[in-house]
Amino acid sequence: MHRVSLPAIGTAKAWREAARAFLAAGVPPEQILWGDHAAAPDLFGEDSLPRAGGPVSVPRSFISMAETAVWHSDPERFARLYAFLWRLKDAPHLMADRGDPDLAKLRQMEKNVRRCQHKMKAFVRFREIGTAEDARRSFAAWFEPSHQTVEPTADFFVRRFSDMDWRILTPDVSAIFERGKLSFQEGHSKPDLPEDAGEQLWITYFQNIFNPARLKVKAMQSEMPKKYWKNMPEAAFIPQMIADAPTRARAMAEAAPTLPPARMAQVQAQLAACDSAWDGPAEELPKAIRACTRCPLHCHATQAVPGEGPASADLMVVGEQPGDMEDLSGRPFVGPAGQMFDNIAASAGLDREAAFVTNAVKHFKFAPRGKRRIHQRPERSEIEHCRWWLDAEIAQVRPRLILAMGATAAQSLTGDGANILSRRGKIETGPDGLPVLVTLHPSYLLRLPDPAAREKATADFKHDLVTAAKLIAEAKQSPGARPG
Amino acid sequence: MAKQTLEQKLAILSDAAKYDASCASSGSTKRHSRDGKGLGSNEGSGICHAYAPDGRCISLLKILMTNFCIYDCSYCINRVSSNVPRARFSVDEAVRLTIEFYRRNYIEGLFLSSGVIRSPDATMSDMVQIARKLRHEENFRGYIHLKTIPDASPELIEEAGRLADRLSINVELPTDAAVKQYAPEKKPEQIRRAMANVRITKDASKDKSFSGKRPPRFAPAGQSTQMIIGADASNDATILGQSTRLYSSYKLKRVYYSAFSPIPDSSAKLPLIRPPLQREHRLYQADWLLRFYDFQLDEITSVTRDGNLDLEIDPKLAWALAHRAVFPLDVNRASREMLLRVPGFGVKTVNRILTTRRHRSLRYEDLSRMGASMKKARAFITAGGWTPGGLTDSTDLRARFAPPPEQLTLF
Repeated sequence: MHRVSLPAIGTAKAWREAARAFLAAGVPPEQILWGDHAAAPDLFGEDSLPRAGGPVSVPRSFISMAETAVWHSDPERFARLYAFLWRLKDAPHLMADRGDPDLAKLRQMEKNVRRCQHKMKAFVRFREIGTAEDARRSFAAWFEPSHQTVEPTADFFVRRFSDMDWRILTPDVSAIFERGKLSFQEGHSKPDLPEDAGEQLWITYFQNIFNPARLKVKAMQSEMPKKYWKNMPEAAFIPQMIADAPTRARAMAEAAPTLPPARMAQVQAQLAACDSAWDGPAEELPKAIRACTRCPLHCHATQAVPGEGPASADLMVVGEQPGDMEDLSGRPFVGPAGQMFDNIAASAGLDREAAFVTNAVKHFKFAPRGKRRIHQRPERSEIEHCRWWLDAEIAQVRPRLILAMGATAAQSLTGDGANILSRRGKIETGPDGLPVLVTLHPSYLLRLPDPAAREKATADFKHDLVTAAKLIAEAKQSPGARPG
Repeated sequence: MAKQTLEQKLAILSDAAKYDASCASSGSTKRHSRDGKGLGSNEGSGICHAYAPDGRCISLLKILMTNFCIYDCSYCINRVSSNVPRARFSVDEAVRLTIEFYRRNYIEGLFLSSGVIRSPDATMSDMVQIARKLRHEENFRGYIHLKTIPDASPELIEEAGRLADRLSINVELPTDAAVKQYAPEKKPEQIRRAMANVRITKDASKDKSFSGKRPPRFAPAGQSTQMIIGADASNDATILGQSTRLYSSYKLKRVYYSAFSPIPDSSAKLPLIRPPLQREHRLYQADWLLRFYDFQLDEITSVTRDGNLDLEIDPKLAWALAHRAVFPLDVNRASREMLLRVPGFGVKTVNRILTTRRHRSLRYEDLSRMGASMKKARAFITAGGWTPGGLTDSTDLRARFAPPPEQLTLF
């Protein structure tokens, strides 16, 4: 029979060394008596570790579990860990078997310790103990954890509070951090810590952040069990806060509405003055478009996207509607389809910067799918509503030629959105008798799966852009032909 | 009026801040101050340092910079027409409170919001100044959450994002019509534009430049928003529809649902009600199903006819009861997607089932050891040694889970 008693400080390391030696020597669990510092010396067995045998290998997941579970207060923890380790020797896959009763118990202990560590990080309350003359400020706390959690949790406080001295005193093991050095000491009795001015402010905060109209005492206690209350300054006020809550809630409900304070009228007059400060006809249109609520699309899209380009452009390019990127940035033709258009326009000799680009529908219509937004085709009524804005843009820019890309633009400009593939490349008549060149939408090119078909469609699209460039050049030759 | 003390200001400005539900301090970059040159750390997961009797966690010092406000939103305690006492923190006061609370391990950091004073830009720039002083002068490495003012200038929002871990802008109410009615000065399209800008700036901060240099981090814990539930007549389908759109459009980390709660000195335009706490709870459950359990919106909201969630049982159970044809599922064979739909199984339980069944077949007792809530799950599964028999299709199955019916009273 072997007997091992493990120290209160450095328990994890000591257990690991002992377990490794026993496992290497092939000592079965029933021949070991494990005890911690608090256990009485046993009548049987001797304090001895077998001389190490060969190397042992243990699943990494066991080690990380053991290094936490070993801090549990259950006196059987060492024996349970070793017994399971013994079983693992022949069946390493047991670590993945969450239904195994031994593992389930150890995982439960691991979870208890983790929770206890978490509560320690949360509920330790420091009081200032230093004086104003000290170079470093110093703080102290008294805490009573359920498990041996001071040692494994101390590093958290080091990571957080390195620029001050602090000590966390507990009945078992205390952590002391002075001038950048962490050390542990065994056992302390509850110290008399001085009053702290910060504590009163904290209590004031705790009382005022509480909403008496929504009392959920059980929810509070499941996360902040009563055993912690005695060392938390704010907890002393909880019973009174609960007792007063119904009265306070009733008082709020029964209070008659009051007259607004006198300064309200003055404040709101100032606000109204700010609102109407904007002026200037050239900017009128984009701003009016951004504020549009003519159809329900505005409820879900980020913003309406007005057209962009020179105010007297010869060519107006009309797309379908803003996409994901356009909707976020508020600018037309900046997404993938817009970039595609830019590239092909450049290769077709079309001056993109000289054109006014806009969309038939100004708001993005989409359906959310997980973390993405899927484009949806606008309905006829939405196109009709938005025609009003497109007409306003056309009236302002007065282009020589309009390029209608895709069915929606064709629908808006010519009243017919069908058969784009057979209509493309031809001139049709748009609003006010303006010539409208119908072509494909660049996103159609992006969506075509077959490379050959895509190449053909891209060539068609480029051909149409060349046509547009040519028509613009011709129109410029005959001055005065500008319509409107 | 006598000069207010710091404690009086704190009382007024924390009382004014409590209607913001968010108190998360998780999901940011990991940092620490082991070097001794700063204060604070961030571990990735949040810590709740206390709980108030309203069941809400206290993780951050949640205060308003000021509760003066030029807006008149009916649901808000700080609206211009309210007679609550007003106060304002100076920059130094807000910084000092944060640091002193942090050193005593009361909080994880600061959640700073504000009423709108003078102009949106003026308010935002004062808030940014507090964050800047905390980060640059006090070398504070804890968590900072800044509420952004929707129409503040983009430069201010950008600086706010570089200083803070999280930014948030409240959409306030589930529909634009409700916002117009109850918050007449707020503009829903402007709020959405502000959220879009935060998303774009955050996306851009992830792109490395051609030299491989990273732009400064921008709001590493993302952005969130809050919706008030029960003040207007929107049903749960509308509310959840709005939040799925917000998640997909602006990559929000969280949408918080806040049951409309009585406030002191309430507005005559919006009569007080008992806060619909149960509804708030069900909405969070549905929100989780949408984000982590692969449920689609219409699956959750089509269970009841009026588009509201069942208040008596949770939405997953409600779905399962309405789709009993797919149950019982064999836990030893069913796919991950289907296991996630079993009431009483969470994501962790399902993962454990999947790893364990690679080695052996699972029995009923194994499942409760794996963390499943078998009281709920047993009617919907088969496992070694267990079949529910007629339980799955029994007519009183719902009654086993719903709270017992209550006798109506005449008075």
